[in-house]
Amino acid sequence: MMSTRALGLGAALRKAAFSPSVVRNQVVLRNTLGKRFIQIETITPSTEQNILNQQRLKRPSSPHFTIYQPQLTWVASIANRITGVGLSVLLYGFSIAYLVAPTTFDSQHVVEVVAGLPEGVKYAGKAILAAPFSFHAFNGLRHLSWDVVKFTTVKGVYATGYVVLGATAISTAVLTFLK
Amino acid sequence: MQSLLAASRSSSRQLALGHRAFSSSLRRWQAVPTEKPVLIKEFKIYRWNPDEPEKKPELQSYKIDLNQTGPMVLDALIKIKNEIDPTLTFRRSCREGICGSCAMNIDGQNTLACLCRIDRDASKNAKIYPLPHMYVVKDLVPDMTQFYKQYKSIQPWLQNSNPPEKGEFLQSPEDRRKLDGMYECILCACCSTSCPSYWWNQDEYLGPATLMQAYRWIADSRDAHKAERMERLENEMSLYRCHTIFNCSRTCPKGLNPAAAIAKIKLEMAAE
Repeated sequence: MMSTRALGLGAALRKAAFSPSVVRNQVVLRNTLGKRFIQIETITPSTEQNILNQQRLKRPSSPHFTIYQPQLTWVASIANRITGVGLSVLLYGFSIAYLVAPTTFDSQHVVEVVAGLPEGVKYAGKAILAAPFSFHAFNGLRHLSWDVVKFTTVKGVYATGYVVLGATAISTAVLTFLK
Repeated sequence: MQSLLAASRSSSRQLALGHRAFSSSLRRWQAVPTEKPVLIKEFKIYRWNPDEPEKKPELQSYKIDLNQTGPMVLDALIKIKNEIDPTLTFRRSCREGICGSCAMNIDGQNTLACLCRIDRDASKNAKIYPLPHMYVVKDLVPDMTQFYKQYKSIQPWLQNSNPPEKGEFLQSPEDRRKLDGMYECILCACCSTSCPSYWWNQDEYLGPATLMQAYRWIADSRDAHKAERMERLENEMSLYRCHTIFNCSRTCPKGLNPAAAIAKIKLEMAAE
């Protein structure tokens, strides 16, 4: 008794003595159960490929611009694209309109129409034209500097980005209130 | 006899008391673990299960105590998987930013979960998505097949049919320095999947990670196939879908600069 207590075997011996013999032999139990209930199906590589392709058809695409943090880098790039498209539409639209109806869209008529507008509309219109023009022009210079591999660090990108925004604000104000 | 028994009993009680007093005093001398306050933060994690493909992807919310969690977002993910939801699926391996497995979009930015500290502000939840605009295999695991195919397409190995007669290729320290900041790339795909151009033209545009590796071989003084490498990029889609947005350099968890490498390729190709 003293020896089993010293080794800490008392509890284990007692448990073994009272438990049924099947449970005691766990290895046998596991083998018989395993062999009886687990079935393995062999799949040919082509079937495997089929299953993968079926899965691929149903995969969703993960969300992108709706969840990406707005950063100066890509927001400025989108703004550059939008202002560029807007200014182009204006230029080509006006040019085509002039070709179609030269008498209605010549300088004299345009000046007359603008002169007849109320003061507020004039300033608002000038600001709406000046802001995209200024931004696109200054950001274009920024892009030219990148094309010769200048300011191509993240720091350089942010510094030039803030310079462009500042210059755009000043230039828009000047162009809007220029008499 | 009676008194003898009583004496022995009392002495044994004294012994037991002495023993107890000894153990409790020992405990009193041990350092008391500081009780940290409970700091519950909510993690909202993108879930999608391929076994139920008709169910739309959704954000699932998990709340864990930050004071019982490691400092990094990967620690939080592992804690959630271990203790709350074992079905949460994500890739991870080295936990020290060298394998690139745990690349994901955390709070709107692509980064490695193992290098991204958890924001301790518990009033704001943390949103975790897989890398943007990639096909989702399950939960936070994107399908990288296309990305690896693109990397393979630039033939990322040294090509030189005139090896030196004896020994290895020699390189000047200046030439070797040109590769710094490029060879360290671990191809985690954080940069490529942060690029809007790559989102819209993934099928043909190579993306910042692959292009920087293309330049890594173009810039290598030991490589003799510079012209062929540039020739392969000479088309509308492979290289020139880069619009110098700089999302790639902004997000790189290794602090590399793919956009600058692409700008250098463009300049060298224009100068040819």
